[in-house]
Amino acid sequence: MSIFVNKDTKVVVQGITGKEGQFHTRQCIEYGTNIVAGVTPGKGGQKMDDVPVFNSVYEAVEGAGANCSMIFVPPPFAADAILEAIDAEVDLVVAITEGIPVLDMMKVKNHLAKSKTRLIGPNCPGVITPGECKLGIMPGKIHKPGGPIGVVSRSGTLTYEVVHQLTQQGMGQTTCIGIGGDPVNGTNFIDVLSAFEADPETKGIVMVGEIGGSAEEEAAEFIKANLKIPVVGFIAGLTAPPGRRMGHAGAIISGSSGTAQAKIEAMKDAGIHVCENLGTLGELCKEVF
Amino acid sequence: MKIHEYQAKELFANYGVPVPKGKPVFSVDEAVEAAKELGDFPVVVKAQIHAGGRGKGGGVKLAQNIEEVKTIAGEILGMQLVTHQTGPEGQKVQKLLVEQGLDIAKELYFSIIVDRATAKIVIMCSEAGGMDIEEVAASTPEKIIKVPVDPLLGVQGYHCRQAAYRLNLPPAAIKPFIKMVQGLYKMFMDKDCSLLEINPLVLTGDDGIIALDAKINFDDNALYRHKDIQEYRDLDEEEPLEVEASKFNLNYIKMEGNVGNMVNGAGLAMATMDIIKQAGAEPANFLDVGGGANAEQVENGFRIILSDKNVKGILINIFGGILRCDVLASGVVEAAKKVGLNVPVVVRMEGTNVDEGRRILAESGLNLTGAKDLKDAAAKVAQIVQ
Repeated sequence: MSIFVNKDTKVVVQGITGKEGQFHTRQCIEYGTNIVAGVTPGKGGQKMDDVPVFNSVYEAVEGAGANCSMIFVPPPFAADAILEAIDAEVDLVVAITEGIPVLDMMKVKNHLAKSKTRLIGPNCPGVITPGECKLGIMPGKIHKPGGPIGVVSRSGTLTYEVVHQLTQQGMGQTTCIGIGGDPVNGTNFIDVLSAFEADPETKGIVMVGEIGGSAEEEAAEFIKANLKIPVVGFIAGLTAPPGRRMGHAGAIISGSSGTAQAKIEAMKDAGIHVCENLGTLGELCKEVF
Repeated sequence: MKIHEYQAKELFANYGVPVPKGKPVFSVDEAVEAAKELGDFPVVVKAQIHAGGRGKGGGVKLAQNIEEVKTIAGEILGMQLVTHQTGPEGQKVQKLLVEQGLDIAKELYFSIIVDRATAKIVIMCSEAGGMDIEEVAASTPEKIIKVPVDPLLGVQGYHCRQAAYRLNLPPAAIKPFIKMVQGLYKMFMDKDCSLLEINPLVLTGDDGIIALDAKINFDDNALYRHKDIQEYRDLDEEEPLEVEASKFNLNYIKMEGNVGNMVNGAGLAMATMDIIKQAGAEPANFLDVGGGANAEQVENGFRIILSDKNVKGILINIFGGILRCDVLASGVVEAAKKVGLNVPVVVRMEGTNVDEGRRILAESGLNLTGAKDLKDAAAKVAQIVQ
């Protein structure tokens, strides 16, 4: 079992003919992901390798049976691409694009609330169910199929580090999800945590957060009240100077809210096993799970 | 991106938001000229830097006549203005705003922000203006009025009225206030602002509403569609190394320690800084070379780290993933040769062809130390700088 994606996920790639889109589509296909279509307006009828390209998501849904979209469209057009996928009623949209204006995402988010579609991202590495379906830019090889650990993170390469350490310790993953570092995103920690809790194969969760905002604090409260499976947590940014933007729009702290220390306290209070030194995360997981 | 008060007021005026009469100036002579043009005294002389708390720091003063304008402008121009937002070294004042003094009946607080948790635009205001609003919010939260606006709907009359009546404005000030809120909301959306703050917003003796201060931050991701806002950027207000880094799409923030570090991805970069500290050393910087680092970025990253003279050792942590480690290692070696590497470097990398990558580093003849994992890397670099 897994959450959100599996071997039956049929994917359309929006922005499939761009440099990034092409490269990662090939990587995903090589991993075994069922990519059934691509979309690039104006290039309908062409092919990217063996993948048929359509002018719109509607055509890709109707013509190729896509039920999920992965987006590599550049920032100025990305919000439009997400809205199109929502309108075409795919079940899941994974937006990889980094740098979408926040006001664009605010409109998307408010529209999303009225639809049945789930959005993961933007500005994220994507989602992977090891051995079944890789939807994103993460290196497939570092993952180990078969579970029992679920991983959820706001970061990209930091997630790879965590997954790598799990695999090194012999612990496989059910599903790994990067929810993205932007201030406004589609799926939050709580959405993923409750999906993991409902998944019979996920026996433990690693949650990776960073400074800024209050998503980790809210997630900790949720865990305390609702989760039976054990959680290991890590927060990046203990040394970050206050008031500075550290790369991610999300990673900004102002005042005392959103500091690493406050988040770690909230996690400990919720009974989460907090890893204070990233170098030892794998070992801690081995101990806890 | 941040802009100056005088620039923000220019934008306000374009959207029909009342601001005091005034002019930005760059010298004492210009300040005197500007005061003469205003005609009436007192005038206010305000330091223009990208930080709040300027009044408390001595950067805002009232002048009653031309002589005082001359003295005050001379004092403030060129001073290192220290506020709670500048850090102890302060910020050099290079511009002033000379403005008319106002007949102030009441000082209010007004702001528009993006609430990331609810994905709504929030209009905030308070009768407790002119003071530290974070203090007000913490001790007396009931004094802060919050009106959330759905960005798909936009600001409506009822939003504005709700704010106006709860502020207990006199009847004559209601209409001008509502017009101001509508103008500011339009500007916020038109120009992709991420924060807009007026503290104080002034109710004048004749029931007028005037923005006495103005602070605007813009969403960096949206600057590509606002050429006019880009022109407001003031490089004097930014750390030179950070400006240099931004030219190469590198995200660099200077810090106080002596271990330089270069990492791909912001989250991993922060975690790497943390682990450096946990190993007993202090990070000299934050440097994110992006998820898919290439040789050119590594080279520029090296140059920028090395121009910080405090750096005694460097830790490179690249989780290549899709990037091949042999390619990365060659890039590191080439870059190190080009920039004339003069401090020890510890390299930790992971990804495809990692053994080949380690061999290239070992055989380079440079002062490069390989590390087997993150813990090992942090320990090694900490040992080097001790």
